Amino acid sequence: MSQMIKVAITVNGQHTTAMVEPRTLLVQYLRDNLNLTATNVGCDTSSCGACTVHLNGEAVKSCTILAVQADGENVTTVEGLANGNEMHPMQQAFMANHGLQCGYCTPGMVMAAISLVKDIPNPTEEDVRIGLEGNLCRCTGYHNIVQSVLAYAEGK
Amino acid sequence: MIYSPKSISNAVQILQDDPDAQILSGGTDFMVEVNFGHRAPTSVLSLRAIKELCTWSQQDGVIRIGSALPYAQMETGPLAKLLPALAQAARTVGSPQIRAAGTLGGNLGTSSPAGDSLPVLYALDATIIIATATGERRMAVKDFMVGPKRNALSKGEIITAVELPASTGYQGYSKVGVRNAMVISIASACLVHNPIDRSVRLAMGTVGPTIIRASAAEKWLGEECDLASASSITPAICAEFGRRCGDESQPITDHRSTAEYRRHAVSVITSRLLERCAAS
Repeated sequence: MSQMIKVAITVNGQHTTAMVEPRTLLVQYLRDNLNLTATNVGCDTSSCGACTVHLNGEAVKSCTILAVQADGENVTTVEGLANGNEMHPMQQAFMANHGLQCGYCTPGMVMAAISLVKDIPNPTEEDVRIGLEGNLCRCTGYHNIVQSVLAYAEGK
Repeated sequence: MIYSPKSISNAVQILQDDPDAQILSGGTDFMVEVNFGHRAPTSVLSLRAIKELCTWSQQDGVIRIGSALPYAQMETGPLAKLLPALAQAARTVGSPQIRAAGTLGGNLGTSSPAGDSLPVLYALDATIIIATATGERRMAVKDFMVGPKRNALSKGEIITAVELPASTGYQGYSKVGVRNAMVISIASACLVHNPIDRSVRLAMGTVGPTIIRASAAEKWLGEECDLASASSITPAICAEFGRRCGDESQPITDHRSTAEYRRHAVSVITSRLLERCAAS
């Protein structure tokens, strides 16, 4: 019934375009239109941070942004981090420090962590814990997540 | 239908044609309600593409903040130095991702008594700038909120900016919630000391139908102390000030807290804010 709207969003450096329902969320556009399913939906209410992506370089929760609002803008998901077969150093740090258990929160954690270190290049443990306050880990694996981010910041 | 105008005049025109369109700023309240199925608007007007709403400026001691500037930009940087209490309030909003989205215009438009930035706007006697079909009107923030989630904005109008005076003395913000992150306040308060006009202004959030200025406590404090400096404010005065602020609150009991606890909490934080002012 709703009139479909054309959106054009640059995702992971690729130009993408689609006709979408006006109420389509950015995360639905990423998952359903582009089949980029690494970005998870945990809560639908911007509480858990699993859906964190970068919009014009800034971490945002893609479950509470309409695809139409990202029209003409740049989005990066966790799929866009690797350089060919080489993982992003933050992904490597999570792997090396056992920064994931079930992995559900990991894409959002990694995206939030990269944004955090961009703002605070040499964070303390407290900076990391505060900076990741918008991301929940239901395995409660926060200790190693924090260690991963600190290891990345030290190794840069 | 979703409208994404690029100018204020275009947005106002759209509201002339579709006055029931829901105005969408950062979406931190509205989109949650949509996802829960509590709201299903037929048309939405997104302000995100209007770049002039996402800027701020300073002239003659007055800071003008665009209604769609995200909290992330108030938390640190030059704005945080000009308006320390606003920076502290911005810091308590949600999480970094929410602060990258949420805006003053959104807090005002929603007009929840728990809006984190609103006590700061009240303590600083902010002026709200509103675009109308015929031009622009200005309104004192104290006249803007008229009840819980109710305000003086008419159909067809858009909040475009907030004007605030730059800091001249101590200012602080405090908030109580069940945890430190991602929390909706149980009580909040902002205190602003102006040594030039010898005043302390105190506004309380989440303890009444609107934000409440503790006018009687402010007046009592002005009679007890010479507010040209904060040095005559004693611990006993801080405690009594907090008690009087609590007396002026009008809290209710709901799913987040009891009225009794809210009154206690707001007394404690207002007393502490005055202690910090005295120590500054």
